[in-house]
Formats: sequence, structure tokens, C-alpha cells
Amino acid sequence: MSSLLRLATAGSVDDGKSTLVGRLLYDTKSVLADQLDAVTRASVDRGLSTPDLSLLVDGLRSEREQGITIDVAYRYFATPKRSFVLADTPGHVQYTRNTVTGASTAQLAILLVDARNGVVEQTRRHAAVLALLGVPRLVLAVNKIDLVDYDEETFTVIAKEFSDHAASLGYRPGSVLTIPVSALVGDNVVDRSAKTPWYDGPTLLEHLEEVPAAPDPHDAAFRFPVQYVIRPRTPEYPDYRGYAGQVAAGTVRRGDEVVVLPAGLRTTVERIDTADGPLDEAAAGRSVTLLLADDLDISRGDIIAAAQEAPVPADEFGATIAWLSEKPLQPGARVLVKHGTRTVQAFVEELPTRFDEQKLSTVDNPGSLQLNEIGQVRIRTAEPVPIDDYAVNRRTGSFLVIDAGDGSTLAAGLVGAPLPMLSPSP
Amino acid sequence: MTTLEVPASDAATDHLAALESEAIHIFREVAGEFDRPVILFSGGKDSTLLLHLAIKAFWPAPVPFPLLHVDTGHNFDEVIAFRDAVVEKYGLRLIVANVQDWIDDGRLTERPDGTRNPLQTQPLLDSITGHKFDAVFGGGRRDEERARAKERIFSLRNAFGQWEPRRQRPELWNLYNGRHRPGEHVRVFPLSNWTEADVWNYIARENVELPSIYYAHRRKVYRRDGMWLTEGPWGGPRESEEVKDLSVRYRTVGDGSCTGAVESEATTVDQVIAEVLASRLTERGATRADDRLSEAAMEDRKREGYF
Repeated sequence: MSSLLRLATAGSVDDGKSTLVGRLLYDTKSVLADQLDAVTRASVDRGLSTPDLSLLVDGLRSEREQGITIDVAYRYFATPKRSFVLADTPGHVQYTRNTVTGASTAQLAILLVDARNGVVEQTRRHAAVLALLGVPRLVLAVNKIDLVDYDEETFTVIAKEFSDHAASLGYRPGSVLTIPVSALVGDNVVDRSAKTPWYDGPTLLEHLEEVPAAPDPHDAAFRFPVQYVIRPRTPEYPDYRGYAGQVAAGTVRRGDEVVVLPAGLRTTVERIDTADGPLDEAAAGRSVTLLLADDLDISRGDIIAAAQEAPVPADEFGATIAWLSEKPLQPGARVLVKHGTRTVQAFVEELPTRFDEQKLSTVDNPGSLQLNEIGQVRIRTAEPVPIDDYAVNRRTGSFLVIDAGDGSTLAAGLVGAPLPMLSPSP
Repeated sequence: MTTLEVPASDAATDHLAALESEAIHIFREVAGEFDRPVILFSGGKDSTLLLHLAIKAFWPAPVPFPLLHVDTGHNFDEVIAFRDAVVEKYGLRLIVANVQDWIDDGRLTERPDGTRNPLQTQPLLDSITGHKFDAVFGGGRRDEERARAKERIFSLRNAFGQWEPRRQRPELWNLYNGRHRPGEHVRVFPLSNWTEADVWNYIARENVELPSIYYAHRRKVYRRDGMWLTEGPWGGPRESEEVKDLSVRYRTVGDGSCTGAVESEATTVDQVIAEVLASRLTERGATRADDRLSEAAMEDRKREGYF
């Protein structure tokens, strides 16, 4: 039985990202003949002599007209070992908005650089955003290695520079891998290249197949946002009352002591139900229905958590937000905050710093936050919210900032300061 | 629903279990946040899978939404019979919007080529407005077509039912933003991350029953636009089109005028899976004339309010 790995790609068109994605899809037989025919036809119409693989990726008419990728596109490929969901995020336009979106669910991200240029400003910024969003693993694909004559020295310099940068963002050595590739020729993407005898690591696909896929740490404390109360009231199930949700973190076992937040009521898990029958335990990612020992007043928006390691509900907290709206953020803005399954009214009270993801430093008192900028804020909510630190828990440490007027999504919110350089200086 | 013997699986390590959990989560989010959701149900394999997952999401309670079928009048008899049997079996409420009614009273005009697929959009939007539906579940998948690859799981439609790709909301973590203004609605795609192979593997694993035409059967067909079409009220074959008796099956089920069969000997779900894995054509590219019209055919129809 194969597992699922969610990954994101980041990098600009010039680095050959579309070609790399195209090669992964093609070499895993995920591009089918009619798709390739359509791309070839469209390429010929444009006067190109070879099929432009980026046309596989650029889905919208405005993208094809402008020759740029605007929006995150999702791609699917599979090998006998694993199925992959790839969020392909464009590099040039709105890179923060797109990278944040793609990275929010990714278990691994592939960054691309051109071997001739090495690590550039955009590489650093992308890596910072990926680190901020807590993507557990990075791969740097040093592309166009054929254009530097498969030079080991060039590769080693780039690999060293990147791993130093990743380390300053908090990545441990084992979570970052640098691979010399040529997406165009195929070196080290799926098949091992004979031209890089000095490289003894895995190919890109081998790495994607083997890397641990656990979405969230299984040893994390149990968290369960209640989505819906299931009450059949049928002759067969007259008194059934189950709390439906998806395990956001940790594992729940029958008989576990839990606390219901924000009310703080304690009880035990009597049953873990699914349509396929009851379970003894359910781990992060699993959708189940919990039946509790006591008859409590629980509804959508509540969080059921491990009694021993429960989050403390807070109505004021520090957070990092990535601003995704064309309307700039002004401190004092009244917004909605969606955390787990609960939406509450809130104020963005202060905006003490903006994050400069190029210099990896902060700018004090920026005054406002513009589209695609990242900043530290203080949030005050109308009612207490059981939050976790984003660095500890991506699922219960994240929230959306929503416009109370038109309902649009304004910002991605991360509780706390998930990067070392965001922490207040002593 | 019957409880099947399914081996215990871990959503973290088994990709079909992960996709199932994701879809169930999406159904429950909609049930928790919207007033009047509806499931688009044609009896085709994707909408049948959608319903199967909805039943699992709310078990042991009944599915808390009705079903809506926009019936072009050009559907395969086997599919309509299957649709009605499923509704009966699970005690569901089905609303049917007949395209014929819109043609009869002049709101729509039959096209010269006889195809009714593009005519579904108006009855769909009228039904959504008339019943005040605020969330509409569809079986669309991102692997189907490249405009769909950029579709969100929660896709906001304006008061005219239109998709505005440039105004799409960023979709972060699994926090779906379903807020909308009066008159707007949200299309919801729980199968977004499934591929055709996933759908078939899951159908096999869960023993999901499908209309018989998804499996190989003998049928009189004729060749048009590179596809095997069948006789029916939608016209054809023309005099120049030779009718053959072949063993075929359908990979997609839509309007009979533009849905083609593929030659196949696959009579079981395992044989179908083997065929899907070996195929070098996408399911829409192989069997849907409506998607071949232009480079942006699907994008244009989605903008107008199509599924």
C-alpha cells in the first residue's frame, strides 16, 4: 500500500522549474499522450520548435497569454511506492502569497537554482518563507548542472552556501538535501547520472520516495477540533451523540482522558467511531467520530485535547502574519480570525515589526503591512481561543485572517514567532 | 450502509485513507458552516464516489443534504436507473432539473449540433438560485484538466454563478474559508486531490457499485470526431457513419451526444484499473468532445458557471 507525500516547488521559470516538474510527471508516466499532443500543438502555434513543457503547467488563459504562471497549480504523480500531491508555486508574481499557500500543507519543498548563478536573493527569500511555514524538509535542486560541465566544485560551493542559509533558518543538516540535476537532460531526476560520479546521494525521485512522510509528529499532544455533532435520532440510534472531526495532532486512544476547550471540561474517550467500525486509536490526519463518557455541552468550534497537555485558551496573543490582500493592513483593523473550526471577531492591535525575508532581519514599526509582506502582530479576540505555538503544531497554531465585510481571506496567521530571527531581541 | 471488512489503515501511511479522511473533513466543514448545501449527483462514477464519502462522513446519521441532478435528457438509461436505485436505497432526496423543461418554455434553445452539455449551466444556476443553495458539492478533480488544476477546494462563485480565477482565495492549511455574500455560493470539490487511478482503486477497495456501462459490454457504436458514439435521442449515426458492434466501456458518463466509449474487454474493477494504469490518454481527452473545442474550453465553461 503506497503512502502520500505532499510537496511544493519554489523557484522561478528561468531556473527550469516547469521543465523539472514536467520531467517528474513525464518520467513517472503522469503526462498522457493527449496532454502532450495539446502542448506540442500549442507550441507549434507559437512558433516554437520544441514542446514547451511549461504549457502543461500554465492552466489559465491569462497565464498563457502573458507567458507567466500566476496561480498555484496542483499536480499528481505516483510510483509503486508513493503517491505525490505537488503544489507548483510560481516564483515571480506574488511569490509570498503563492509560496505560503503551497507550503502550508507541504511535508517537503523543492527549491531550484541555476548552477551557473548559484544561490540568489530569491532562493534566500523562498527558503525563509518555507521555513516560516514550517515545511519540515527542503531539497535544493542545483539545475542545469550540464551547463557547468558537471563541475563538482561549483556544486559543492552552492551546497555549502545553501546548507548554511538553511541552518540559520533552523533546519538541521539531516532535513536538507542538495542534488545536482539537469531537468532538461534528466540527470539525477529519476535516473542516476553517469556524469556526476562524485555525487553519491539519491536521485530526486528516490529521495521523494524514501523520505519519511509523517504529516505531523505522532508523538505530539492530541488535538481534535470539533467539526459537527452527529445525532441520528433514528430508531436504530436514538441516543447516539458523536463529535465528528479530523485528528489535528497526536493520537487518541479509547479510554484517554481529554479536556474540552475553551470550557475546560474533563471526560474520557469512550469510543472512536468510523463508518467502517470502531477503532482502538486514531492518529493525526484521520477523520473519525468521538463518543465521550459524559454528557457535555459540546459544539462546533470546540477543541478536544489531551488532558495532560492541553493548550491554554488565550484572548490575546502574538503572531506572525503573511498579508495576502491588496488592501494594506493598518494596526487596529477589525477582522475575523478562523482557528480550527471556530471563527471569532478580533482586532489586529499592534504591528511592532515587519520581517525582511531577504536580510533575515526585522524592521521596527512599519506602520502598515502591504500585499505579500510578513509582519509580527498582536491579536486580541472577542473570546478565548485554544491556540498552540505554530512551531510546535502547524494545524492548531495556524489561523486565517478574514475580512468581516466581504469575507475574503486577508492573511495567513501563525501563532508566535516561528523563526529564530523573529523572536524579540533580548 | 453496509459495514465492510476493511483492513485497519493509517491515514498517514496509506494514501487512499488520507484522501478519504480529507474528503470526509471537507463534507463536515460544509455541514458545519453552510445553511443549504446540495450534492450534484448524476449517477456517474465521481458523483457516486462523492455520495459514498458523504454517507461515511455522517454515519450513522443520514446525509444532511439533498441531491441535484441536471438532466440533459440525453443520459444513458442504465445511468438514470442506477441514479434512482441509489436514491431509493439510501432514502435520499433528489431534485431533478430537466434541461427539456428549459427548452420547452423557451429559456433555452436547442443547439444545431444537438449537444446539450453546454445547456446544463442555465438550469444549474437557476436551481441553485431557486432553492437558495449556498454550497454545491461537485465531483471535479484537479487531475482532469489544466484549468481545474488551479481550482480551489472551496471555490467562490459570484451572484451570476461565475468563476473568477483572478479573485480566487488563497487556500491555506486545511482552513477553508466559506464566507460569501447573499446571492453568492461556493462550489466544493472534496475529490480535488484524487486521480482517476485513485478513484478506481478506492471503488475496488470499498466495493462501490457503479452503473453497468463503466464495464465492458457489447454496444452498437459509430465513429465521429475520433470517438465511439452510441445511437440515441441525440441523433446519429449519419448515413456516412458505419455502425459497428463492439465491446466497449465508458470512462466518463455525460451527455450522450458528446460522450464517447472506449474499446475495452474490462468487465471487472480490477481489469478497469489495469486499463486505466496502462492508458496513455486522459479520461476527458479520450471521451469528451466538449473539452476539445479550444485551448481554454473548460476554463470558459467554468467561468460561465459550469461545474
